[in-house]
Amino acid sequence: MIREAGSNSDLSDAAKAKSDIEIIKLEDARKIYQMGGSKVNALGGVTLSFKRGSFWAIMGPSGSGKSTMMNVLGCLDHLSSGRYILEGRDVSTLDDDSLSEMRLRHLGFIFQSFNLIPQLTVQRNIELPLYYLGWEAGRSADRARELAEKVGLKERLNHRPSELSGGQMQRVAVARALANDPQIIFADEPTGNLDTATGKEILGLLTELNEQGKTIIMVTHEMDVAAYSKQRLHMLDGLVGRVEGAEE
Amino acid sequence: MRQIKLARNVLLGIEDLLLHKLRSFLTTLGIVFGVGSVVAMLSVGEGASKEAMDQIRKLGSNNIIINSVKSVEEESTSTTHSHMSIYGLTYDDYARVTETFKTIRRTAPVKLIRKEGRLGERALELRIVGTTPVWFELVQRPIIAGRVLMASDDNEHAPAAVLTEFGARKLLAAENTIGQTLRIGSDRFEVVGIVKSESGQAGNIQIPDQEVDVYIPINVATAYFGDVTSRRTSGGFEREMVELHQLIVQVDSIENVEPVANGIENMLSRFHKKKDYLVSVPLALLRQAEATKRTFNIVLGSIAGISLLVGGIGIMNIMLASVTERTREIGIRRAIGAKRKQIISQFLIETVVLSIMGGLIGIGLGVLVPVLITYFAGMPTVVTLKSIVLPLVISFAVGIIFGLYPAVRAAKVDPIVALRHE
Ligand SMILES: Nc1ncnc2c1ncn2[C@@H]1O[C@H](COP(=O)(O)OP(=O)(O)OP(=O)(O)O)[C@@H](O)[C@H]1O
Ligand SMILES: [Mg+2]
Repeated sequence: MIREAGSNSDLSDAAKAKSDIEIIKLEDARKIYQMGGSKVNALGGVTLSFKRGSFWAIMGPSGSGKSTMMNVLGCLDHLSSGRYILEGRDVSTLDDDSLSEMRLRHLGFIFQSFNLIPQLTVQRNIELPLYYLGWEAGRSADRARELAEKVGLKERLNHRPSELSGGQMQRVAVARALANDPQIIFADEPTGNLDTATGKEILGLLTELNEQGKTIIMVTHEMDVAAYSKQRLHMLDGLVGRVEGAEE
Repeated sequence: MRQIKLARNVLLGIEDLLLHKLRSFLTTLGIVFGVGSVVAMLSVGEGASKEAMDQIRKLGSNNIIINSVKSVEEESTSTTHSHMSIYGLTYDDYARVTETFKTIRRTAPVKLIRKEGRLGERALELRIVGTTPVWFELVQRPIIAGRVLMASDDNEHAPAAVLTEFGARKLLAAENTIGQTLRIGSDRFEVVGIVKSESGQAGNIQIPDQEVDVYIPINVATAYFGDVTSRRTSGGFEREMVELHQLIVQVDSIENVEPVANGIENMLSRFHKKKDYLVSVPLALLRQAEATKRTFNIVLGSIAGISLLVGGIGIMNIMLASVTERTREIGIRRAIGAKRKQIISQFLIETVVLSIMGGLIGIGLGVLVPVLITYFAGMPTVVTLKSIVLPLVISFAVGIIFGLYPAVRAAKVDPIVALRHE
């Protein structure tokens, strides 16, 4: 159903060969929040690597640093110290514009609360990354239609998000995350606001995407949601605890 | 490519604004009134200058015009029966003015008589202008056919008459009219030429050329018709004795126009007991126009300034509210990969679209105001391209100036925080 393989990265062959295996790499990554006098180590020196094509579930109790991890990996937040190498490129020193560019070209996001823009139609929401990529209108519209069909919302293109069910909204979000044909998709509690049945549909969609070669990184509390992933990473107090399924 | 993109962004901006039609409209009211005032201000100013320039062109910038006017006391007593009012410029004044000032190049006297005239079958009420050949040079009236008056006509008391193009048409005279006989009362005149009519109204100073004018030598006018005119009124006869109705004086240079005008004013006041003359300087009209323009600029400029400031702040206020309201949207756009400058341009375009829409409504309103001013206050107004383009530029500038801060605020939204807040 979903067929979005192949890389769109623009790296040199050597770097590409290396990053072909390790798409994400953290080296002693720290994120420290200053709260008045006290410091919070949201990330307390994490070293890890994720392989291309893996499907990770990041788990852990509340406040353990899952969201912080997601924000850093998703190029939304800077590290306090340490290195973050994404697609073979050190992004820990990039400025705001370059980080935006990384998100625009290489990453896709799916959020717990869908985060669609309410005044825009389904089509416009799906087209949003293409708009910032500078695609011309006709081509974007074709792409949006194609993606809507893939997530089963072809008939809803001209609806606004408020006219959709939660499951449908999350499908739109998936379609939007796919618009720029990203290598990595981040999903922060993607089923958190959905009932079990619709949640399963979305997870099925993610599984399908992973089978087609996308790297998926998903934050979740729930064991049965995490069960869809291939690898699991347990966090505790800003540190990586148990890791499951990484050995291949 | 860039234009297409900009056009698309502008369309997106309009779409967002149309989501809140009433709010957007109310927001622009300040701009509407501000821009409206600017348009009105410019067109009143342009109107005043254009009127003055027209008059100067018509009357000559080096000219001074002295008109006979019935003084106020005269006006009130002249209603009594068979009273004769005597006022105005005299032949002596003409001679004195010409002799006294060395900087005067030439002077043309004008004597006006109303009488019925007849050319062939056609009879019409004429305004007979008794003057000298100099007059045609001073007011620059090109010849269409025949010739104008000559010094010899005056000296020899020749009954020569010059028609205007307009007058000739009214009298159904063709070009072969030259040489024909024009009867005025019982007197016969020979039509010697036709000159171009004066175009339009010359404002508050009138050159005798508004109606069917006939120019004849002044000596002939005095000899044939005398200085007394009588007119039937409801109360009986109204009789007036006026020697000369107007003097047109040409000074050798622009710098001397005002000194000579003052000199004439002084001199005339010595010889006239009442003020039955009016000295006008076309150049002074320009000053007057400038003064009118200044007053209007101050009044309307203040209104415009305040309205634009209030309008700008209003727009800024609404845009700040909009930024707060749409924090989440901004967060989403940023997470997807929008750069800060793209967020800035999104909000800036929205503000500029808003202020230009206000500007356009304001221009519509502002174009209407001059029409009303002309209609009710009788003041001339001219809407030029400048008085439309400048307000557009102003509304654009207001959009940029007052949109910048909200747009920068929008760009500073941290996507992490924005996406967390519900
Ligand atoms: N902006 C911030 N300022 C200060 N402290 C923060 C900030 N963001 C996160 N923290 C702290 O960092 C730690 C990790 O937070 P994080 O949001 O990553 O946890 P989480 O694992 O996502 O929790 P949850 O499951 O509740 O979403 C927490 O102690 C939190 O209080
Ligand atoms: Mg969290």
